[in-house]
Amino acid sequence: MTTRAVEAWTLEPLVKFVKEAGARLVLVMTSAGQVLAQHGFSRAVDVMSAAALGAAIMASTEQIARELRQTPFAALNHQGQRHGIFLAGVATSRGRLVTLAVYDLDVSSLGLVQLFFEQLAADLQAASPKDSVPKQVLAADFERDLTDSLNTLFGR
Amino acid sequence: MSAAPAGYGQALDLVTRVRGVRGAMLVSADDGIVVAEQLMEGIKGAAVAALAGSVASRLGRALEAAGLGAGVFWHLQAEQGALLVVGAPSGILVVAVAEPDVNVGLVRLELLRAAEVVA
Repeated sequence: MTTRAVEAWTLEPLVKFVKEAGARLVLVMTSAGQVLAQHGFSRAVDVMSAAALGAAIMASTEQIARELRQTPFAALNHQGQRHGIFLAGVATSRGRLVTLAVYDLDVSSLGLVQLFFEQLAADLQAASPKDSVPKQVLAADFERDLTDSLNTLFGR
Repeated sequence: MSAAPAGYGQALDLVTRVRGVRGAMLVSADDGIVVAEQLMEGIKGAAVAALAGSVASRLGRALEAAGLGAGVFWHLQAEQGALLVVGAPSGILVVAVAEPDVNVGLVRLELLRAAEVVA
């Protein structure tokens, strides 16, 4: 399984998280769905779908929290028969990031993923560039940025 | 010690009253997350629960593959402490975190009693 990053500072924390939590698939992305790093995906189309869906779920739950006049939910977990999906936000100097992790219930558990996600969040906070201004996603650049990111993520 | 939800406190009390026990927890076996806990300061409940859940799951599969049936009690001895676990039929693990020289037989007995309470 390969782990690749568009922004190099995300790679080491992600590799460590995958190893310790036993996650099968992981995406680290911005809250707009721009992927910064991925583990385990073999097709670009899967990354694009997962990122878009993950970002949309986070946006929806943030809006629900807002309607309830609460702070955004820290994490979401959805467990099926064989796999679990864990989705959580991380505040970094690069802006708010979203982590989507898919884990096999035979290999890992919610407890392990939660535990090592805390470490991932701390590692990402520590590693994120302190002087960078989050880049705005512009419609004009979107397709080119997306293609560049996917090429990096899949080693093309 | 942190508070446990009402009803589970009795089960945890059975375990924590044994000399040398630093804390007791009820852990969801499938998820490895804490259901209730009575732990001394400094014990990382979430980490212990994740470890207990993970080990229980792997041990369960290994025991099944070996044709030995479901695990009843297991004991992990480390340099600075011990982890003792009994599984309840409800899918809850009763976990004790103890000193290395704790009376294992007594803890096992109380874990089995606590498992009956949460069954």
